[in-house]
Amino acid sequence: MKKTLLSLFALAAMSASALAAEVKPALVYGTGGKFDKSFNEAAYAGAEKFKAETGTDYRDFEPTSDTQGEQAIRNFASRGFNPVVAVSFAWTSAMEKVAAEFPDTKFVIVDSVVDLPNVRSVVYKEEEGSYLVGLLAGMASKSGKFGFVGGMDIPLIRKFACGYVQGVKAAKADAQIFQNMVGTTGAAWNDPVRAGELTKNQIDQGADVIYAAAGASGLGVLQTAADNGKFSIGVDSNQNHLHPGKVLTSMVKRVDLAVYNAYKDTQGDKFTPGIQALGIKEDGVSAAIDDNNKSLITAEMQAAVEKAKADIIAGTVKVHDYMSDNSCPN
Amino acid sequence: MEFFDILVSILGSAVRLSIPLLFTALAGLFSERAGIFDIGLEGKMLASAFASACVAYVTGNAWLGLLAGIAVSIAFSLVHGFASITNRGNQIVSGVALNFVAAGLTIVLGQAWFGQGGRTPQVPGEGRFAPIILPGADAMRDVPFIGPLYANVISGNNILTYIAFLMVPLSWWVLYRTRFGLRLRAVGENPGAVDTAGISVPWMRYRSVILAGFLCGFAGTYLAVAQSAAFINNMSAGKGYIALAALIFAKWRPVPVMFACLLFGFLDALANFMQGKVVPGIGEVPVQIFQALPYVLTCILLAGFIGIARPPKAGGVPYTKER
Repeated sequence: MKKTLLSLFALAAMSASALAAEVKPALVYGTGGKFDKSFNEAAYAGAEKFKAETGTDYRDFEPTSDTQGEQAIRNFASRGFNPVVAVSFAWTSAMEKVAAEFPDTKFVIVDSVVDLPNVRSVVYKEEEGSYLVGLLAGMASKSGKFGFVGGMDIPLIRKFACGYVQGVKAAKADAQIFQNMVGTTGAAWNDPVRAGELTKNQIDQGADVIYAAAGASGLGVLQTAADNGKFSIGVDSNQNHLHPGKVLTSMVKRVDLAVYNAYKDTQGDKFTPGIQALGIKEDGVSAAIDDNNKSLITAEMQAAVEKAKADIIAGTVKVHDYMSDNSCPN
Repeated sequence: MEFFDILVSILGSAVRLSIPLLFTALAGLFSERAGIFDIGLEGKMLASAFASACVAYVTGNAWLGLLAGIAVSIAFSLVHGFASITNRGNQIVSGVALNFVAAGLTIVLGQAWFGQGGRTPQVPGEGRFAPIILPGADAMRDVPFIGPLYANVISGNNILTYIAFLMVPLSWWVLYRTRFGLRLRAVGENPGAVDTAGISVPWMRYRSVILAGFLCGFAGTYLAVAQSAAFINNMSAGKGYIALAALIFAKWRPVPVMFACLLFGFLDALANFMQGKVVPGIGEVPVQIFQALPYVLTCILLAGFIGIARPPKAGGVPYTKER
């Protein structure tokens, strides 16, 4: 009995090392769901791009609750998937556990940092991207009042808010900014009704540009703003097309790049663990300008964004990161 | 911003938030008054939200969406009726089962049909119930106090909102002023007596759950194609349970149900507004306090501090004809 078990283990170990050489990509989404038109959809786009280019299929999983993430990651790792990419801060502790158990598998976590030799942590300088869209908002607003609707009340979302506030104030020093969070649980990413109601509240208080950083809940923000003839700002994916002419811009976070690069690097045996912080300089975040919002962005605004970009890259403008000290300068 | 403007804004928000509660609580009222406990309100709301969003998206017609929502909700009601009236099953178990069926089925069907993770695509503008500006709303706006109230709270809602408030006196009339209502209430208190009078208890109860399904269909449609513009996974978010709390809080009576729903809606709106605001002398109030208040109030009521909430006597008891 013992012998059979031992040989089974040996077999398992051998097959694991044999599989490590080839790419068998897996992707675990956040609880917002694959098609949230935002964060998770960007990850999906990255995986799809890899599939289209290389013909290598990938497996993905949409956890519907916070407890499913660990299961999903472990499941993929134990079935020989490599690399395993998990997007969302919610899988941080799950990743810490599972990555330690499977030292030969390569893991990537997006939006959080896990300090293990086989994990690549991709974080974004959301404050920089939010600063840019804040700047645009500041120049587009007539009332001088602004809204921010966040999803779950976590430091990461406050980082979006903080960057936005700094951008708005750079354009309009006396701006008034209303900030709301949809909730304090994972359900906050999927509650467009409440998000819409919060938006209506901010509009009633005079806000005419509202920035949504709330996953699928953000769709409610964009809808309400469009219904009331105000501007909204999308997040993570380019959401300008959802309500053409009503969405001022989108803070695009290239989650697709993180996923795509993870697969590509593993394939080319160039996978590097450690922290990757993607900001404006690395083209990890940007303010989306396309055909849908071209008419809303004046040449002056465009120039201001380009200047801000250059300044941030050069270091002459420093956008404060909320997560560095858990506070936002006013 | 002036205090009065804030109040008007919160009141407007309270009305919008209380409408799904009102429809659902009235649905529960009809069902429970006839002796059929309905934990499945949440599931019916969710299922009808999904159906209405699908149909409104495909046809671009909000009214067809409403019809679909009502039809699906009534179908769910009939399943509940079949389990708990015809087969005399446990009403709570049947209701909870329907909730799970609705939560799962909507996502599976949504994923199969639209491939967007259970979400439906955005319903186009004409497929939604648009706000109705009542006559004179703009002219009244400048009249102090009444003007803003009329323009922002009473006017500017969609048609379902007005239907919801019309349903309140209508429900009262049906329950207390018609023969049908008398029998419905009797069937929930003493079905034996109704049976003795030669009236079919199962048929009475079936009619009451169909009515419940009808009203829940409005609630779901309101969520999906009036308040927002798509179905989203689990978008009812526990409103069915809050509606049940409102029903108990109102002691199973139609007009108090309306006030209970408005109160709960107001608390929700207040919670939204108070977020991040600093109250002088207290500091920042956690919004969870306001969000928990409906449940806390209901518990206090059930503990007997605000009068006595007495449920219909035969509620939850399957009727067995003596042989």
